[in-house]
Amino acid sequence: MRIVIGQGSCGIAAGAEKVRKALAAQNINAEVSITGCIGMCYLEPIVDIYDDENNLTRLVKVSENDAEAIAKFVNCGDKAAVESLVVTDEDSEFLTKQTRIALRNCGIINPEKIEAYTNAGGYQALKKALCDMTPEEVIEVIKTSGLAGRGGAGFPTWFKWNAARQSAGEEKYLICNADEGDPGAFMDRAVIESDPHNLIEGMLIGAYAIGAKHAVVYVRAEYPLAIKRLKNAIAQATEQGIIGENIFGSDFSCDFTIKAGAGAFVCGEETALIESLEGHRGMPRLKPPFPAQSGFWRKPSNINNVETFANVAWIINNGGEAFAAMGTEGSKGTKVFAVTGKVKRSGLVEIPMGKTLRDVIFDIGGGMKTDKPFKAVQMGGPSGGCIPADLIDTVIDYKALGATGAIMGSGGMVVMDESTCMVGMAKFFLDFTAKESCGKCIHCRIGTKRMLEMLERITKGEGREGDIELLEELCYSIKDGALCGLGQTAPNPVLTTIKYFRDEYEAHINEHKCPAGECSDLIEYKIIADKCRGCTLCARNCPVDAITGSVKKPHVINTDKCIKCGKCYQSCKFGAIVKE
Amino acid sequence: MEKRAVDLSLLDGVLQEYAPVKGSLITILQHTQEIYGYLPREAIELISEKTGIATSEIMGVGTFYTQFRFEPVGKYLIMLCQGTACHVNSSELILQTIKDELGIDDGQTTEDGLFSLKCVACLGCCSLSPVMMINEDTYGSLTPDKTKKILKELREAAQ
Repeated sequence: MRIVIGQGSCGIAAGAEKVRKALAAQNINAEVSITGCIGMCYLEPIVDIYDDENNLTRLVKVSENDAEAIAKFVNCGDKAAVESLVVTDEDSEFLTKQTRIALRNCGIINPEKIEAYTNAGGYQALKKALCDMTPEEVIEVIKTSGLAGRGGAGFPTWFKWNAARQSAGEEKYLICNADEGDPGAFMDRAVIESDPHNLIEGMLIGAYAIGAKHAVVYVRAEYPLAIKRLKNAIAQATEQGIIGENIFGSDFSCDFTIKAGAGAFVCGEETALIESLEGHRGMPRLKPPFPAQSGFWRKPSNINNVETFANVAWIINNGGEAFAAMGTEGSKGTKVFAVTGKVKRSGLVEIPMGKTLRDVIFDIGGGMKTDKPFKAVQMGGPSGGCIPADLIDTVIDYKALGATGAIMGSGGMVVMDESTCMVGMAKFFLDFTAKESCGKCIHCRIGTKRMLEMLERITKGEGREGDIELLEELCYSIKDGALCGLGQTAPNPVLTTIKYFRDEYEAHINEHKCPAGECSDLIEYKIIADKCRGCTLCARNCPVDAITGSVKKPHVINTDKCIKCGKCYQSCKFGAIVKE
Repeated sequence: MEKRAVDLSLLDGVLQEYAPVKGSLITILQHTQEIYGYLPREAIELISEKTGIATSEIMGVGTFYTQFRFEPVGKYLIMLCQGTACHVNSSELILQTIKDELGIDDGQTTEDGLFSLKCVACLGCCSLSPVMMINEDTYGSLTPDKTKKILKELREAAQ
């Protein structure tokens, strides 16, 4: 018997380490080990129990108090002891409906042991590339596969590799962008935490293809566990000669370094990332020259995203055709999405391109977790946009998603219900981009700030006629005037919310109303007398004594005194307080 | 909070290893912050002397990235996630709760030096939103009550 505990960041935050310690304290006849992120984040902590025939019993939402029951099950076969923890068939479908390539080992193997990766067929693709293929042949296979940049832009990977290969110069760099800055996206973190050797293998194949002797990973400092596991994996691979001189007896040599980012969203832009790697402020460079010609230390460099590299070894092993067989005409293979927000089953979803948003949010994600209807899904983070409910059947494809005004992006999918204000959403992203603008281009630096001020006014009920048009005008001038992707895409959340939810903007501006009931300046709290039982809880929670009434009699809110903090609304157990 | 005298000898190892390596400024600053909890002025001057990078440039880099601080922080650094999923799941309520409980604003430290509050970009635990990290530990699925309980427990643990 084997017991495997999911220990990605989400699992640990949900209490997986406490569960592991509790299990270790029990006298259990089984080996207890860990794995990375299983992807069913909404069911964490998860404990997988494999019997000697490798049959899996998956226990979910396990707490440290369940250790004894688990010991009973493992030691005596008493399944009734854990019956209430066993994953339901419905929840199991969350995984069985996926097609996992980039995530193929995530939540299965132990990320801290290189043997676990090699036993799963790891490093065979690297061996094949180094011993049986020329760099040109590797690039050709990637070309056939149709693999495109998974960081957001969707640029063909082979084209970048080929450009870097063709660039003159002995010293070249292969760089991995693991600065996953989009709020609401965590697939890169999951790959590094759960299958770091897969990233290393993909990068080494890329380095061989472009002729680089140095591989560098630029990873967010906010991901300490990912950094720890990647460092450990690099040390193991170096010890086994997989990183270093004459790898697998070939004449290919490559070293590996990790650089921790220091928190700047703009460093996801490749030239800003290079500036940061060199120890400077992360401000984008003018292109051309492109990094393929002049990148890190002005040497030819190639930069790809984590998920892009995570597909490479699979493609080399299975052939470009097998990858290209999945997906649509213009978008090949699979894509990983981090599905979060008001969705029932949140977690990591990898599906072939060509599926629809409905497939992801409703079929796999299980629909809404609240009783409020689905309103929109935000894709692509601050560079993307909000796709409304009536476009739920949009196909997942770079072009089709781009046509909605949103983008594929890196894979963040934040699901929203009727309680999310779309003007507030636009404000939220503008607040983010205004803070993260590096300040190099005036349009981005000042434009985002001015837009944010306007959105703040609108959400306070101080919007003026003509504000929507002015916002649109600013959007287009920022798009035209900014140098890098951050600035050029910063207006997208505003443009898409105006496009699909113009009525909400108008309600804020003309009627001083927030239809979603989120903007605190535009709502009033009221007590429905019929529902109020006079329990006095709201009055006791009110910080400004705005609620009056005697015990067992309906209470009343003095709207002149009310500061709209919402404490009464949260505390009422009878649903007697409403927002209007 | 009172600043303690800065023992610059703690930086010797870091500077020996990284000062000669070009492009290492951010790494040096990260190690410095790990040692002191923030970037003391004296340390910046020493880094400048050893690397030959002007203090103005070091400050330029230090202020560019959100990770770096120039003031000491409390015993517990609360990093409240401001990601999209947290926003949709009402992280604003959690922020309000922390502000009310501790009487501090984003970027401030309580008078007793126990808690500092910092609103940060997405922590990547979106499935557990709203989320905060206190020092190395992540706390998810927060509600105002749960947040109050966590703060109370930490305050008691510190006594």
